[in-house]
Amino acid sequence: MLKLNVNGKLHQVDVEPDMPLLWVLRDHLGLAGTKYGCGIALCGACTVHVDGAPVRSCVVPASAAEGKAVVTIEGLAANGLHPLQEAWIEHEVPQCGYCQTGMIMSAAALLAKTPKPSDADIDRAMTNLCRCGTYARVREAIHAVAASPASAAAKKAQA
Amino acid sequence: MKINRREFLKASVALGGGLSLEFSFPLIARASLSAKAPVTEVNAWVVIHPDDRVVVRIARSEMGQGTYTALAQLVAEELDCDWAKVSSEFASPNEHIRRKRIWGSMSTGGSQGVRSSQDYVRKAGAAARVMLINAAAARWKVPAAECTVERGVITHGPSKRRLRYGEVAAEAAKLRPPQDIPLRDPKDWKIAGKSVHRLDIPDKVMGKPVFGVDVALPGMLHASIAQCPVFGGRLKSVDAGAAEKMRGVKKVVREPDFVAVVADSWWRADQALRKLRIEWDAGTNGNASSETITAMLREGLADPKAPLARKVGAVDTALAGAARVIEAEYASPYLNHATMEPQTCTAWLKPEGFLEVWTSTQNGEASLETAAATAGLPPEKVEVHKMMLGGGFGRRGGPQDFVSQGVKIAMALPGRPVKMMWSRDEDMQHGFYRPASMVRMKAGLDARGNLIAMHTRVACPSILKVLMPQALGNGGIDFTAVRTFTDMPYAVPNQQVDYAMRNGHVPVGFWRAPGQQNSFYRECFIDELAVAAGKDPVEYRRAMLKADDRNRLVLEAAAKAAGWGTPLPQGIHRGVAVSDGFGSYAAMVAEVSVSARGELKVHRIVVAIDSGHVVNPDTCRAQAEGNVIYGLGTILNQENRIRNGRIVESNFHDFPLPQISDMPKVETVLVPTGGFWGGHGEPAILPLVPAVCNAIFAATGKRVRSLPLKNQLS
Repeated sequence: MLKLNVNGKLHQVDVEPDMPLLWVLRDHLGLAGTKYGCGIALCGACTVHVDGAPVRSCVVPASAAEGKAVVTIEGLAANGLHPLQEAWIEHEVPQCGYCQTGMIMSAAALLAKTPKPSDADIDRAMTNLCRCGTYARVREAIHAVAASPASAAAKKAQA
Repeated sequence: MKINRREFLKASVALGGGLSLEFSFPLIARASLSAKAPVTEVNAWVVIHPDDRVVVRIARSEMGQGTYTALAQLVAEELDCDWAKVSSEFASPNEHIRRKRIWGSMSTGGSQGVRSSQDYVRKAGAAARVMLINAAAARWKVPAAECTVERGVITHGPSKRRLRYGEVAAEAAKLRPPQDIPLRDPKDWKIAGKSVHRLDIPDKVMGKPVFGVDVALPGMLHASIAQCPVFGGRLKSVDAGAAEKMRGVKKVVREPDFVAVVADSWWRADQALRKLRIEWDAGTNGNASSETITAMLREGLADPKAPLARKVGAVDTALAGAARVIEAEYASPYLNHATMEPQTCTAWLKPEGFLEVWTSTQNGEASLETAAATAGLPPEKVEVHKMMLGGGFGRRGGPQDFVSQGVKIAMALPGRPVKMMWSRDEDMQHGFYRPASMVRMKAGLDARGNLIAMHTRVACPSILKVLMPQALGNGGIDFTAVRTFTDMPYAVPNQQVDYAMRNGHVPVGFWRAPGQQNSFYRECFIDELAVAAGKDPVEYRRAMLKADDRNRLVLEAAAKAAGWGTPLPQGIHRGVAVSDGFGSYAAMVAEVSVSARGELKVHRIVVAIDSGHVVNPDTCRAQAEGNVIYGLGTILNQENRIRNGRIVESNFHDFPLPQISDMPKVETVLVPTGGFWGGHGEPAILPLVPAVCNAIFAATGKRVRSLPLKNQLS
């Protein structure tokens, strides 16, 4: 029995310790916002936060997340939408949208550490893959959130 | 009047079908199954709630191209309702069948979503508007001509009385649908033609379970699948001893061409699948390789009997008399669609003999037909729930392999819903690939460098032969293999195109802008000719295009917006290409640099598109951006090779996708000239590859004639 803290709630799940966190989230906890894309940590569709750091949950054994705070797209904003989610809507970032929850989780982790990222910072942190080609808008939306005082205040209020 | 959906369907079937607009009975629509207030179907496309919310039924699929919103815009434009109150829902394929294909086509490919349904969806919106006005006029007992409508509020001019759509919808639905209502002139559009926010985006950024892989049902099981790695091979034997004992495993399903493990979570199913000891019979294809396929295509290039796909003038005579003859061979590899969401299908064979399917499909009706045929059920006993697609690009339309597999697996566990999802390696190795192809082009120039003759021979597998044999033209010409040459807009007095159909064992399919490799070949070759003639590449093309050709219009627009001919920073070079297709015209200027180590950097792309009309400009720009990155992947390093009959690549490490750092600045110039409806999902990819490759030539003097680049420039 593993004890996992996901989005601030404690869950007990009866799974193998080596089951990747992704599948515990998707199939055992019903949190389908985190996606499978490659299974080998290349695409980032499965990105979640573990103690605030962006991790590729398809290769993280669930047991490694015990005692840590896991946050998924469903728990990114305590109430309503995270400023990044608002910016994603405003800038019409997603096309098919499949990779976008992972994108947003990576971007949220980037902004938490680097509130005013440069293009080079974005290139380094945002290694998530998108087949539809939303990259220009991903960059634009991250810069927009970084530049917005209202969003900065909202982030602070949530922290 | 209030009837439930089942009764409604019975009623509509009993009436024996007929024109879609004749079905206008109130019913409880899908959107409101959980809602308390009754809602009204004014006609098949328009459902109105008492509080004026409008639900527009969408028959085409949504894979990021924006049709789910654009079609709603067109309906809402004619309906004249409040856009803030509009939402979309997918039309039910089951209802579609029962109501005699009331929603027209459900197929979503060829950039057809808007352009080939705009007429009937706009008419549906307009018909509903007139019925609503007539209902209000009848209630007031005044002539309808005295009533006007704005944003869903009907006003009787003389008395200033008002009624909202939600108040008269039920009465409107009982009226006879009007015929021949004039549609709005696009220049008067208030909702269509505007960059409204896409309706599907909020759910997607919140991580709501909208995709095929997100389906969750009570008691649902999960399946992972293995197909014979060699295309066409069969299952010989499976030793499932170890796998069957693994935790959570419920069943090992054996079919002639695949094995699936069903378990209580997908990971458990996939772990067990990888423990199976499977013996395959590779059949006759086990020795095929990229080399044998290249040899097959090369033999096709040399085939003097290759059927004619086009003949104008006398190419041989003209070539014999030409001042210069220039010849080149170009090639492209097989390419997987690599949708981010792998192929998936959830199926549930219910005890009462009804089959429910949830899937990410580009054609809900084809999915339903496949599911029904697989299960041996009449189509009326099958429902397909269309889910949002995690990418499509042509993979999920023609081939419905994933549906037949999902249904077969569910049939092995009757009464239990089973969600099948392919692993990435399965998805990479079992695609319907963009065909590998080769062409040889031979051009004759006169003394002034004018193109007077062009002979093209195409060697390429036929997509139609695999997916739509009935569409193959006379003499076995697959238009997707020869397009761009057979409909070349340049004024060349002598032209010949031959098509050597050479079908390997690798399944081929419609891959974003099928036949687009021909744009690469033609537009790079034209560039070679311009260089040979000592002419500017824009001017060389322009001179061969008629003044009223939209190819010329977009070429000029792209050149102007890009500042063609103006100085560039040190090391940056331009290339140009123009190509029409999928109803639209696209021209592009690429600005690139190539480092001393041979690394390509695309800095800026300017693309001009004439699609006649534009329903959502921002979505069209997004499609152009997407086409740029999808095309760029084919330039940089994507290819699918064959060894021992199977695909070599298995995941994104050996089939890399471009990253955010590869994304150039994309400037989309929309120049809609009206009068026709062109697509947006594909056209912008056509000029991308040749524009970039021509810029590479400008930068390096190296002519790229086969892709991917890999280390050709180092």
